[in-house]
Amino acid sequence: MSATSRIDAATPERSAPAGVPRLDVDPFSTEFFEDPHRIHDVLREAGPVVWLEKWGVYGVARHAEVHAVLNDPLTFCSSRGVGLSDFAKEKPWRPQSIILEADPPAHTRTRAVLAQVLSPAAMKQVREHFTAMAAAKVDELLARRSFDAVADLAEAYPLSVFPDAMGLKQEGRENLLPYASLVFNAFGPPNQLRQEAIERSAPHQAYVAAQCQRENLAPGGFGACIHARADAGDITAEEAPLLVRSLLSAGLDTTVNGIGAAMYCLARFPDQLARLRSDPTLARNAFEEAIRFESPVQTFFRTTTREVELAGHRIGEGEKVLMFLGAANRDPRRWENPDRYDVTRRTSGHVGFGSGIHMCVGQLLARLEGEVMLAAIARKVASIEISGPVKRRYNNTLRGLESLPITISPA
Amino acid sequence: MPSITFVHPDGRAQRIDASNGESAMQAATRHDVGGILAECGGNAMCATCHVYVDEGWLARLPAMGDDEDALLDGAAAERRANSRLSCQIKLAADLDGLVLNLPDRQL
Ligand code: HEM
Ligand code: FES
Repeated sequence: MSATSRIDAATPERSAPAGVPRLDVDPFSTEFFEDPHRIHDVLREAGPVVWLEKWGVYGVARHAEVHAVLNDPLTFCSSRGVGLSDFAKEKPWRPQSIILEADPPAHTRTRAVLAQVLSPAAMKQVREHFTAMAAAKVDELLARRSFDAVADLAEAYPLSVFPDAMGLKQEGRENLLPYASLVFNAFGPPNQLRQEAIERSAPHQAYVAAQCQRENLAPGGFGACIHARADAGDITAEEAPLLVRSLLSAGLDTTVNGIGAAMYCLARFPDQLARLRSDPTLARNAFEEAIRFESPVQTFFRTTTREVELAGHRIGEGEKVLMFLGAANRDPRRWENPDRYDVTRRTSGHVGFGSGIHMCVGQLLARLEGEVMLAAIARKVASIEISGPVKRRYNNTLRGLESLPITISPA
Repeated sequence: MPSITFVHPDGRAQRIDASNGESAMQAATRHDVGGILAECGGNAMCATCHVYVDEGWLARLPAMGDDEDALLDGAAAERRANSRLSCQIKLAADLDGLVLNLPDRQL
């Protein structure tokens, strides 16, 4: 590929900086999605900082540099977009997020609201219900024996708990996954995935905009809790719907792919399923390890606010830096046997949920869903066998499967 | 190099060497002290690195931030007057000998 395939005509020609390894790799191509690990290795071994010719951006794929960029939000900012598009040069495709795409001090205020709505104390309130729903789902699937672990489990379970926990209306929920898929495709470059998603987005955007309004959110749900914080004066009445939107954007498709990743791991590594069955208290760690191993959220960008030196390379102001979370999570410099799925691994420090001030504010909810689902499987399921062709789903940011046909047997 | 001690709920004491500047949580995970989970990796977001600070040491620790205070309310084990998040305790030479008691659970 040549260096002439550029973002758009408005983007000035970028020349590769001296000394930084240039790579001719497109991390947003189907070739990459089919086998990211081989190319992640190439990216990591090329150097601590690389230049991706295809999109004219810097990349970091080692754990140390990904962690460093995530933890220096004043230099590597989010307010110019965490996708390829630079909001200083291009209008965002939707009104900018007031948490994900914000910097301190604005971020600090909105973040505190969502951190409270999704706090450990809030999780205690929903835990029992989420646990019962996971057990019921596994019982239902055991009666069927053969099913698609993506549609019937990884999607069906979060859909059975998350929209209710948010307080969403019954009508229109079919828009949730297409909307999320759009959001995560839109972080990518203007390729076919992004363009087509945006072209088809109008009905999904209209649904989400309406569903973020106070009158459409049931009392007691996370959505209503956010609006209540506007009454308390912590956010404005205009900001509340935008924070609800953040949860609708990031709270469903992510856990779908997280639970899907865990199922795919347990189906491929029967010794790890056996280990989990022998000690169901490993369920939470088995989920966490699946997040490290598959990294359902693969990448995010930052934009430099000033000239900065990173691992000995000088990066100018206004440059996009792509962080390969999935590559960092398998960096042999940080992990022993990184390519092994190990339900007993000490996973603390993985960047599958990010790190620093933007680290996933919904991580406790994600872990709750993953834990109770895997605990139900550990207690009720004896074996998981892949019983049909495994199909990958393509998205510019999310890594997961389109279809995972499996057959399970009862314990 | 400060050395700190974690006391497990069964009374077993585990003494480890920490490096200056790392948090008590980081030292614990590096030495594989069971009982410190640290799911969020030290970002004060999970409350699974909860400890009870031994009498006498509490006043010598840096004050607690609002994040930490709010999170401790949601900790799995009972919150006590000497509850802290170990990821928010930065170690330095003056904390040599620090004793931290582990709660019976983090989840
Ligand atoms: C396995 C599931 C999940 C994964 C892998 C995941 C991953 C991530 C990552 C990597 C970030 C960091 C973004 C950045 O640094 O720019 C993030 C942020 C965020 N996540 Fe999650 N997430 C998951 C589940 C959830 C859930 C369930 C919710 C909501 C209920 C949620 C809401 C958010 C929000 C609002 C942010 C922005 C936080 C901020 O900017 O301060 N996520 N997530
Ligand atoms: S490690 Fe998560 S709060 Fe301390």
